[in-house]
Order: sequence, then C-alpha cells, then structure tokens
Amino acid sequence: MSWKLTDTSPIWLQLHRRLALRIATGIYPLGGRVPPVRDLAAEAGVNPNTMQRALAQLEADGLVCSNRTAGRSVTEDEAALTALRRRLAEERIRDYLQSMADLGFSKDEAVQLLENWGEEA
Amino acid sequence: MANELIVCRGLSKRYGGVRALDQVELTVGEGKIVGLLGPNGSGKTTLIKLLCGLLQPSEGALQIAGMSPGPATKARVSYLPDQMYFPDWMKVKDLLELFADFYADFSRERAGQMLDSLGIQESQRVKTMSKGTKEKMQLVLVMSRDARLYLLDEPIAGVDPAAREFILNTILRNYNEKGTVLISTHLIGDVEQVLDEAIFLKAGRVIRHEAVDTIREQEGMSVDALFREIFRASV
Repeated sequence: MSWKLTDTSPIWLQLHRRLALRIATGIYPLGGRVPPVRDLAAEAGVNPNTMQRALAQLEADGLVCSNRTAGRSVTEDEAALTALRRRLAEERIRDYLQSMADLGFSKDEAVQLLENWGEEA
Repeated sequence: MANELIVCRGLSKRYGGVRALDQVELTVGEGKIVGLLGPNGSGKTTLIKLLCGLLQPSEGALQIAGMSPGPATKARVSYLPDQMYFPDWMKVKDLLELFADFYADFSRERAGQMLDSLGIQESQRVKTMSKGTKEKMQLVLVMSRDARLYLLDEPIAGVDPAAREFILNTILRNYNEKGTVLISTHLIGDVEQVLDEAIFLKAGRVIRHEAVDTIREQEGMSVDALFREIFRASV
C-alpha cells in the first residue's frame, strides 16, 4: 500500500487514516510492533514530526500503545480493533449511499441493488 | 517558542538602493524542517547568506543558537549553496578529505555509505559528473555533518524527480533531532510533505510563517496552492 497523499487535508490526518487502515487490515497485527517513526516517515516521504503527530493520535485513540524503550505496538484489545473496523466500514457505507444518492437512487433502492448484486450477470 | 535556534530582529539587507530584505522578524525553533518559500528575487538566498555569515546585515540583528554569525556558528552550520563551488579537477576522495579537515562534525563514514548507495566512486572526478550527480554528491557532503542548522539553498532545483526523491529522503534520514533544516525553494509541491513549517517571503518581507498543517487546516488548500494564490496577483 502506497502513501499517496492528497493536497487538501492536513498531512497528519491523512497519515493517521493510513495507519489506522493498516491496523484494521492486519498489516500491523494485534499486539505487533509498529515500525519506528523515522522509518515510517522515510517510507511515506514525510516529516518525522508529522508522522509522530499521527502516531500520537492513534495512541490517544487507544489503537497503539508506546512502551518507553521498545517503541510502539498495536493494542491487544480486540474490542478496539472491532470498533475501528466498524467505524471504517460505516465511513464506506456513508460514501456508498452518498454516491448512490448522487445517481438518483434512494437508500432502499441502493440496498436493494446491493442485495441483488452478482445474481443477475 | 522553546529552544529558539534562529532569531532575526529587524533584519534588513540592501544592495545599493535595492532592499533585498526588509525588516525581517523571524524565529525558528530546533528539530524542524522549514521551507523558505518565495519567488525568484524575494530574498531567500540573501537570508541564507546572512545566516551563514557570508553577508553582513545592513540593519538589525540575527542570532543562531544565541550567537552572532562567526567562526563559532560556522562550525555548527552546514550550508549548501545554490551553486556548485567545487573545482572540476577534484575527486570525490579529495572532497571527503576537504570536509573532514574543515568540519569537526563531518562523518566520513556516513558520507561514504551514502555515496556507495548512489554508486558514486571515490575516484570519480567532479568534471565527469552529471548535474544531478553533482547536486546529490554535494548534498551528501552537507548532510554528513552533525550540524545544528542545515541551510539548503535550492537543493532540488534542476534535477529530475528521482533525484529529488533521493535528495528529500537524504534530508529526512540525516537531520538530527536537535538540528533544524532550512530549505529554500520555489518548487513547493515537491517539498511540502517534508516540511514542518513554511516561511513565505515576498519582496524581502516575511508575509507568513506557519505550520504546514495549520495552513492546510485554515485555508483548506495545500501550501503549494496558497503560494500560487498569493504570488499570482503580484506577477
């Protein structure tokens, strides 16, 4: 997964989203190590302080914990992971419904289309 | 701001009747990568030359880590000029020795590793290098010092996108937490992601100095877009 960043929103917020997605998709598994700030910053081509801010937010979210000497690791709390996956899923559902609404489909129609998806080919 | 590394107070520089810098008030902290942004002729190079003691202010004062520019600050400031200053006949090896002689904080080992990764041989002469290779080699030398302040004047102008990426990565990997990097450029889109703060210079004045993400939050646009907006009107 690349770090392609966009122009409009703050960089640290975009990094925060990317990292959360990596946790949600298991690239960084529960209880596993998160790479050091410097490595992540170099990989993404961003300022280490900006990456630090994104990681601090993940910590505040309870998704990552820092062990004073051993860097950071992903939480071992499965409920936190489930909540994260749910939150990300909801964002995608909102996007889906919004783009369907733009196309002139009501929510019920959008749901119907989704249910029938793949049956008629 | 805690730990002020650069402080400029009422700093002006005139060349004859031309005001290159006009009453600049500026404070930059340590451990940051800061963009010095402005169109050609806005005073970027003049400010950098004042910071490294190559020019004397016409008015006002500046300090680096509490000292006026002089031998003591030069020992802690690593400067990348906007022009190549090494003679053609020199070999990479000569340059490494030159830097090791001049600067106590130069790490020959670090420079050697970076040159290796670029495939630059120590026996190679400056004369035989492409423009991009010269710029990369110069940057390697400058970033191989353990300086408090790195002054990089247009480090990415005139090199291809791959070389740009190498240069920015080298900066990110090599500056230390106590050090600050000041990068002057008008190629903002390319450097925006590595910056903590942006300083906008216009006709010798600092018209804005803010964290990159603050600008994005307040303006809802990138620093690059804001730059175009500010300077479009004046062209």
